[in-house]
Amino acid sequence: MPIIKADKYPLDPYLRTERLPHVWCPGCGLGIVLNAFLRAMQKLGMDPDKTVVVSGIGCTGRTAGYVKMDSFHTTHGRAIPFALGIKAARPDLNVVVFSGDGDLFSIGGNHIIHAARRNIDITVIAVNNFIYGMTGGQLAPTTPETSITTTSPYGNLESPFNMAGLMAIAGASYVARWTTVHARRLEKGLEKALSKRGFSFVEVMSPCPTAFGRRNKMKGIIDSMMYYQKYAIIKDNPNPLDGVIKPNEKFVIGEFMDAEDEPTFDDKLWELTKRDFLETSQADRAKWILEHRRHLETLATLIAGENIAPQEGEMDE
Amino acid sequence: MVTEAEKQRLLEREAATIPRGDVYIVEERCKGCGLCIAFCPKKVLVESDRINEKGYHPPELVEKPPVDVCINCGFCERICPDFAIFVKEKKVNNSEQ
Repeated sequence: MPIIKADKYPLDPYLRTERLPHVWCPGCGLGIVLNAFLRAMQKLGMDPDKTVVVSGIGCTGRTAGYVKMDSFHTTHGRAIPFALGIKAARPDLNVVVFSGDGDLFSIGGNHIIHAARRNIDITVIAVNNFIYGMTGGQLAPTTPETSITTTSPYGNLESPFNMAGLMAIAGASYVARWTTVHARRLEKGLEKALSKRGFSFVEVMSPCPTAFGRRNKMKGIIDSMMYYQKYAIIKDNPNPLDGVIKPNEKFVIGEFMDAEDEPTFDDKLWELTKRDFLETSQADRAKWILEHRRHLETLATLIAGENIAPQEGEMDE
Repeated sequence: MVTEAEKQRLLEREAATIPRGDVYIVEERCKGCGLCIAFCPKKVLVESDRINEKGYHPPELVEKPPVDVCINCGFCERICPDFAIFVKEKKVNNSEQ
């Protein structure tokens, strides 16, 4: 029986199909991560009109151009500040930051630490390919020790970041690490991260056969995937400090942190707006609403759950 | 001598159906990375001789699968980075298996 040719893919409603096939190299893990993210969205029934994908610069940054939702392709390393701005102005939207290790942890290193500290209600998907892929495979702060890159031909001398551990310590609500081989677990992890309130962070180890694999004894497309399958250990509630990745050694994957719901930054911001409204005298409320009319749609969504909607007659002037 | 419990178990096995799937492909999106071929648990896929628009070899089904036919596990569609391959459940009768 031959394979059946199709012209539509089940995830096509979420994709800008006119831009496919995408620019990523054959065997790149980014497509797998995007696939898992869209499947998680589909399963949760998230509305694409109420979801914003923000990404920085780099191979992973191209994601923003392929999703059929509102998306931002921001300046280098500044995906998190843009996402914070969106979330602060429109708390009713689901904001997802989809970016790479270089963009989030090297160029935008400070932003992500402070975003975790503030506990903003956004989901961050950090695709870790251990390298600056787009610019030609230079050494990144996530490159494992002794790995060979174009700028470290004798092997990396520096210790890499333990991204998952750093986020767990900085105050994130949910921290997980998966690889592209564990596609089903990744999908479940993303589902959990998307439905979690507070700062959720998912690190995905993804192969880069073009810039990283071929210089580090993973020459073929499938070799990196087989490497992850061989060396990954799935643990229940692992210690975030055990998350260091060393070449040719077992590494830990799983859920590093799953904290209880804590008040998020945008919750506190909404509390402030609410207090401001309630402290306004009845006579001035119509004026207050006019002043905030640009945010009326957002306010209406938030007010619906709060029961402080203006009484009849208040709007008359 | 077949015990009552074992008889029940055999009857139940007869009633249970192994899911079967049809494999679909959006050929012009395939980049021939071979991940679906490498990770198919039943080894039903193989690289074809044809080339697509971009000059890659998309996968095709093996004529005689070494293990079993497609069981609709859906791993190829999750491991495919190019949104090209997917499976759909095929409705089959018990008697046909």
